[in-house]
This record gives sequence, structure tokens and C-alpha cells, in this order.
Amino acid sequence: MRLYSIAVYLFLYIPIGIIVLFSFNAGRHASELKGLSVKWYGKALDNPFVIDALFTSLTIAFCAATLASIMGTSAALALQRIKGPLKAIFDGMIYISIMIPGIVIGIATLVALVSVFDVLNPIIADVWLGDKAPKLELGMISVIAAHTLFTMSLVIVIVRARIAGMDRALIEASTDLYASPWATFRQVTLPQLAPAILAGFLLSFTFSFDDFIISFFVAGPNTTLPIYVFSSIRRGITPEVNAIGAMVMGASLLLLIVAQLLLRRDHRR
Amino acid sequence: MTSPAQTDTPDIRFENATKRYGDVVAVDSLSLAIDKGEFFSFLGPSGCGKTTSLRLIAGFEQPTEGDVLIGGASMVGTPPHKRPVNMVFQHYALFPHMNVADNVGYGLRQLSPRPPKSEIQKRVDETLELVQLAEYGKRRIWELSGGQQQRVALARALICRPTVLLLDEPLAALDRKLRREMQIELQTLQRDVGITFVLVTHDQEEALSMSDRICIMRDGRIVQSGTPRELYDRPLNRYVADFVGKSNFIPGKIATVNGRSIDIESDGGMLFSCNPSTEQDTYTVGDSASIAVRPELISIGPPGSNAEALGTDVVIPGRIQNRIFLGEHTEYLVSTEKYGEILVLSPKYIESVRGSFERDEDVAIGWKNETALALEDT
Repeated sequence: MRLYSIAVYLFLYIPIGIIVLFSFNAGRHASELKGLSVKWYGKALDNPFVIDALFTSLTIAFCAATLASIMGTSAALALQRIKGPLKAIFDGMIYISIMIPGIVIGIATLVALVSVFDVLNPIIADVWLGDKAPKLELGMISVIAAHTLFTMSLVIVIVRARIAGMDRALIEASTDLYASPWATFRQVTLPQLAPAILAGFLLSFTFSFDDFIISFFVAGPNTTLPIYVFSSIRRGITPEVNAIGAMVMGASLLLLIVAQLLLRRDHRR
Repeated sequence: MTSPAQTDTPDIRFENATKRYGDVVAVDSLSLAIDKGEFFSFLGPSGCGKTTSLRLIAGFEQPTEGDVLIGGASMVGTPPHKRPVNMVFQHYALFPHMNVADNVGYGLRQLSPRPPKSEIQKRVDETLELVQLAEYGKRRIWELSGGQQQRVALARALICRPTVLLLDEPLAALDRKLRREMQIELQTLQRDVGITFVLVTHDQEEALSMSDRICIMRDGRIVQSGTPRELYDRPLNRYVADFVGKSNFIPGKIATVNGRSIDIESDGGMLFSCNPSTEQDTYTVGDSASIAVRPELISIGPPGSNAEALGTDVVIPGRIQNRIFLGEHTEYLVSTEKYGEILVLSPKYIESVRGSFERDEDVAIGWKNETALALEDT
């Protein structure tokens, strides 16, 4: 049993370890290790395409995570009032949206966006008074929309768990002490939920930042970091790609750990 | 005692207030008045409607029918944050993300116009002093012991000087010794601040020791309300006698009624003379009734003692079935042939003179006629 679990862990982590190891490769080729160096990290960070893709990814991740946190928290707060069979239906729908494969979300979002654009663009062109009507098309905003959709469920699940664990009497105590419903929300509910919302934000950020499949479908001409990595791999695996991979992994891991710590601390109280 | 002058308008009035949850009636057309400056308790087992009554005052529940008035004004439809009452919650409900001073000052910060910072600070310091936590303002909530948290909750509820302070089983989470101390402190505090206190508790000792007046509830209705002494000495029925203190009940039938004395023929065949528990003329010959005697009013002596030796009117032979030593007194469970098991509480000072009894020893027990109450079965 012990051997078996060791084997499982090796199987899981050896490829990742190899990527990190080879990102420090001093040689030109990814396949052979010739001494250690950080020069590929420098090279990757000097590459304007990488930096460009990185900023696109960061912007998308930030916007999507922010929107997902706001909408997810509002949804979680609204859902706590729902009872009975309706609640079960909503619960199911939230979990389904987490479990649906990325490729399905990707295709579905693409089809949905394109058909909406097809309907809306002629209308906008009709009512537009200026010379050149704006045209809705795939781009950064469509990626943000798609990412917000699937990360929102994560926020809902995390925030709802926190709401469920929250003492209802705190809210009653606040209203009893003359606080209006809005004042209670601002001074009691929100601070109580803050760690969960932040954890949800960080998880959403990581998921959006790392996502390839959905971005690939709806990004249009834009290049996110995962898309850049994917396209450069087609020209062969270079230590530069390994370096990017190692950096992305490091950053994601850091965010996940912070999110976990937030939820843990939350739990202990 | 510096109890504030009683005014004509009671502080709180329930007028046929009913609260229903679907088919369940939590509070059933409750009518009662709580006077200004009174320490009033709702007492009863869980599910009797006492907490719902309190929540009707606080505004967390709205009556399905009837009205709840505070200071003469109807509160129907008024949300909790617009009512001049504050509450101490059962598990304190202190805000964990704020320190002690911010918790205590919370109510003041919600007022509009909001008092200046220095004023809030001053009032917080004063109130913390009142509950003997002067140096604790900067502490976090979870650094405090249960008793200290209790005081913070009290300070937080008192700082806005509400007309009425509501207390929902405030001492239930404390250990016995601390509970005793807090009972005394609460009582002193209530006299000092002169605010009406409304307490909800299932602990009869707590209610008896602190309240000016107690309302005993059952199934959403009032069974009896009165001063602690009235409830203890003149319980209206078996439920009250059983709930407030301990009591022995001997079943029987009313044999004769003559003014202040009622004779009950017990099922065991003996005739007991009892006092009526109500002034009202409700006793009917032939009705089934119980003879109720408090265990501390029963004398116990060696077997064969006569009434004179025991200093009683009634003498019943029995045998000690169980004995529990409780320090200041000893509790005997005496089994009798005709009247079942009878609980006797014998104080230490009597034991020190007459000696005590062991298990399985034969004894004689008895009581004076005027200490027995006739309770009609309802």
C-alpha cells in the first residue's frame, strides 16, 4: 500500500519536477541537461511576446476574479434565503457548472457569444448615428466573461460555506443595536465573509490565469500566457517554455496556499 | 432599595399577542404588563414560548395576532433597529472581528447623528467600568473567559441606556459558581441603572433569586405570574408547584371545604387537612385533588414518634429508601406504604441535634396541616 502511494505521488510530481529542473538548464535543448543556470528565466522575461501575453492574462484574471467575487458573493447571499426544492435545483446547477469539462464551456461560450454578436451587431449598426458602428467581437472581454462564468460558482460555494457557518445571532445583535440592514451588512456580514470572499477571489484568479481551453476558444486574436506557451511548444519545447511554466506554477501555488490559509483561519474561529 | 418610582403606563404590554409558525402556536394570546424598573422573568421549559415572547419584544418576530407595546406605543411592524430595547444573547453574539471596546461602542456608533468619537470613547470606558472590565478595551473577544464575554455582552446592551434590557438565558453557558456571582451582579446592576430587565430562563433558581416578578409559561400560555414568594408558597396548580422548587404530591379527593381549611381524603384512605392555594372559591367536594407538601417542611424522626415528638399534625411511618448528603442539608427519599415515595429535606442544624438516619432505617415523618396545600388537578 505504501509503495503504491509512493508510486502515485512519483507519477504525479516527476513531470512537474522535470519541468522545474529543466527550466534551470544551461543548455539550448530541453532534452539534455547541461549545467544549471537562470538565463532562460531572464530570456523569457525579456521576450516582449511573453510579457504581452502575461499582462493580458493578468488583466483577464484580475477582472474575472473581481467580477466573480462580487457576483458570486451576491448570489451566495441571495441563495441562503431560498429553501426547499428550489434550493436543491440551484445547488445542483452550481456544482454542475464546476464539473462541466472546460472544453464544453469553451465551445458553449463561443457559440453563445458568436450567435449573440450576430444578432446584436446589425441592430447596433442600424441604430448607430455616427459613421462607423462599433462591432462586437471576440477578444479580451469575451474571455473575461467566460472566466467569470465558471469561476463564479467557486466563489458561491466557498462563500456559502462561510455563510452557513456564520452565527445568525451576530446579525440579530447588530440590528438590535440600532444598525439598519445596510449598516449591518457593511459592519458585520461583510467582515465576517471577507476571508471567504478573498479566498474565492484568489482561487478564481488562479483558475482564470491558468486556463487554456476556454481562453483558446473565445480569445479571438488575443494571446494569453497559456495560449502563448501552447503555440510556442509547437516549435519545440525550449527551456524558455519550461521557465515560464515553472514561474506560472510557482505563482499559482502561492495563491492557492494563501487561499487555503485564509479558509483555514476562517474555520478555526 | 432604590427601586424607581412606578408609573402608570407599564413599560411593556402584551395584548392578546399570538405567534404562530404554520400550525404550531408558539405564543397563545398572551396578555401581560411589565412595569417600569421591574426585574421580570419568563420561566418555563424549552418550547413553552418564553423565548418567542422575548423575541416579540425585541422585534425579531412579529405577532401573528394581537399587539406588543413598548412605553405605550404599538410596536407592530417596527423593525428591531427602531425599538428602544437591547438584548443580551444566549451565546453573547459578540462580533469576533472587533475588539472589546468596539463591540461595546457598536450601538452608539449606529445612532444618527453619530456622537463624537471622544463621547463614544468616554461612554465605552464608563460602561466597561460598570461591568468591571475597565482595562479590557483593547482585548480581542476570543481572549476573554466566558464570564468576561458575558460582561462585554451586558455592557454592549447597556451602553445606549435602553428603556428595557432583554436577557435570553444569559447565564446558561457559565459554570455554577460563576452563575451565582453573575446573578447577584445582575441584580445589583439592575438596581443601579434602574432599567427594566426582562429575563428568559428555564432555571427556576435563577428566576427565583433575581426577579421581582415571574411569569411561568406552558404551551405558549401563562400558567401563573407573581412574586417569587407567591409562586413558591401559593402555586396555583401542580405544574407550578413542580416547576418552582420541589414538592411531594399525594393524590386524593376533596372531602370537605370549610373556609380556610380543606380536607382531602387521600387514595390511601387518610384524611389530610390542607390550606387552599388560591383565594378563589374553586374547590368542589368530590373533585380529585392533590396534597402538596414541600420537602423542607417535612420533619423526620425515629420510628414510632408521635405528633408531639415530631412537632407536627400528621405522622406517617416509612423507611429510608435513599439518602443524599448535600452539605447544608440531607435529602431523604422515604418510602411509605400508602402514599408512595416522599422526599424529605432535613437541615444540618436539626441533624446535629436529633442525629441522622441511614438507608433502610425505619422512620416517622410528618408535617403541620397549614404547610400542606390543596391543589386541584387540572
